[in-house]
Amino acid sequence: MSLYEAKLSAAGQGTLPPLSIGSWQHKHVLDLDDFSREEIDLVFEIADGMVEILARDVKKVPTLRGKTIATMFFEPSTRTRASFELAAKYLGADTVSLDAVKSSVAKGESLIDSLRTLQALEIDTIIIRHPCSGAACIAAQHLETSIINAGDGCHAHPSQGLLDIYTMKRQLGDLSGKKMVIIGDIMHSRVARSNIWGTRTFGISVVLCPPPTLVQHGMSEMIERCGLNHVRIEHKLDAALEDADIIMPLRLQKERQPSGLIPSIREYIQQYQLNPKRLLRARPGAIVMHPGPMNEGIEISHDVAYGSNSLIEQQVTNGVAIRMALLYLISGGKNR
Amino acid sequence: MSEKILLNSADIERVLIRIAHEILERNKGAKNIVFVGIKTRGVPLAQRLAKIIQSMEHVDIPVGSLDITLYRDDVSSLSFKHVVQQTYVPFDITNKQVILVDDVFYTGRSIRAALDALTDLGRPETIQLAVLIDRGHRELPIRADFVGKNIPTAHNEEIKVYVSEVDAVDKAVVLRQEGDKHELV
Repeated sequence: MSLYEAKLSAAGQGTLPPLSIGSWQHKHVLDLDDFSREEIDLVFEIADGMVEILARDVKKVPTLRGKTIATMFFEPSTRTRASFELAAKYLGADTVSLDAVKSSVAKGESLIDSLRTLQALEIDTIIIRHPCSGAACIAAQHLETSIINAGDGCHAHPSQGLLDIYTMKRQLGDLSGKKMVIIGDIMHSRVARSNIWGTRTFGISVVLCPPPTLVQHGMSEMIERCGLNHVRIEHKLDAALEDADIIMPLRLQKERQPSGLIPSIREYIQQYQLNPKRLLRARPGAIVMHPGPMNEGIEISHDVAYGSNSLIEQQVTNGVAIRMALLYLISGGKNR
Repeated sequence: MSEKILLNSADIERVLIRIAHEILERNKGAKNIVFVGIKTRGVPLAQRLAKIIQSMEHVDIPVGSLDITLYRDDVSSLSFKHVVQQTYVPFDITNKQVILVDDVFYTGRSIRAALDALTDLGRPETIQLAVLIDRGHRELPIRADFVGKNIPTAHNEEIKVYVSEVDAVDKAVVLRQEGDKHELV
């Protein structure tokens, strides 16, 4: 039974309006801040159908046959890129991948130029990752082609946000009243931002638990100004973990640490590592997720990463289903 | 819109019993038979057929449900896009006699999509098609093996099947624009 069917039967037949494809309003997927609850529910419902395909021997359907999907990554990535490419291939589309990491592509104009080239090659959907916040948005403004943001700087990573919430939902069912704790480098985390926007309508409370130096000045005011009443900041990990249902340690972005934002990695481990002892403070059966790649032994201990509470591998599998759903919904967007 | 009832609840029951008998006759019993209903209303019809056969032959008949959205030939046009639902066929269909069940048989395009979907799941010995209503106007060379009722229709008419599991009522109706002179045969 799919999540939506379960919800239907719980609510009594016919009391919920059927999900309609008409509630999908996006040509691009840039961030979750402009996603309605209906759209997120629609993505999840379709992802349920995709999960079934992933369980088959023959993981291939002909839905997007003849469509071409390009991944253009200006930053290293393994799982996001592989996940998008597999999603496209399982749906029958052809994929082109452009490795922009090593090329000397400069920002600004030339980003647009290389994207225009892809458009001229009749690519249907471009999946882009870029170190600059807003890069995907600029691309969407300049191109006719549909754009999916696979991470732009510290701004957004919408497919990750969706797969995180989807993973929570599949595990916990109704999410209202649940408490999520996001630990670590909030300042640089696009995953945290997309999760904050995505969870808005689910009745979850989100506690951000960064070291004081790894969060922007004025973050609380910004949260308030955006009307995100479900989010608060708590710097002490033990206090943040009280009664938590969902715990997500973020990767300590070591490449950014020479800038002196934390005294030492050792001190970070002492104060912020999620280990079995700390996990006891959370609710029994609390789930642990990680957006990957993990620094095992830094933000998360080995025992927790591979323990019974960990859904880290399910996140990766669900990621393919979520991306298949997004590609299905986006395809044909050019005609809009 | 005027609505004319083609089959009422008792008619549907009788039709399904007759089709169940035909299926058993054609396949010389219920051995190796599995049912796969096409979503949405083919599924409850498949379940009812399986139940009737179970009560006659005293064997368990597996029933699956098939979502054909991803196999449609009109996906790229936005106006025809549908919400993908879950396919649930929790048994191996290889070397089975698969009875595909749908409510209304029209252009044949959904059946074509269903055949593609089924062959992705395995290699059945045979696939047979059972439909409650055949309204004609085929666009592909596909025919049904078991038909509840043949209803010659015009393109501008709409046939709707209601099943109690989904719609709280059992009936098959034809919907026609008011003032339409075309009479049903």
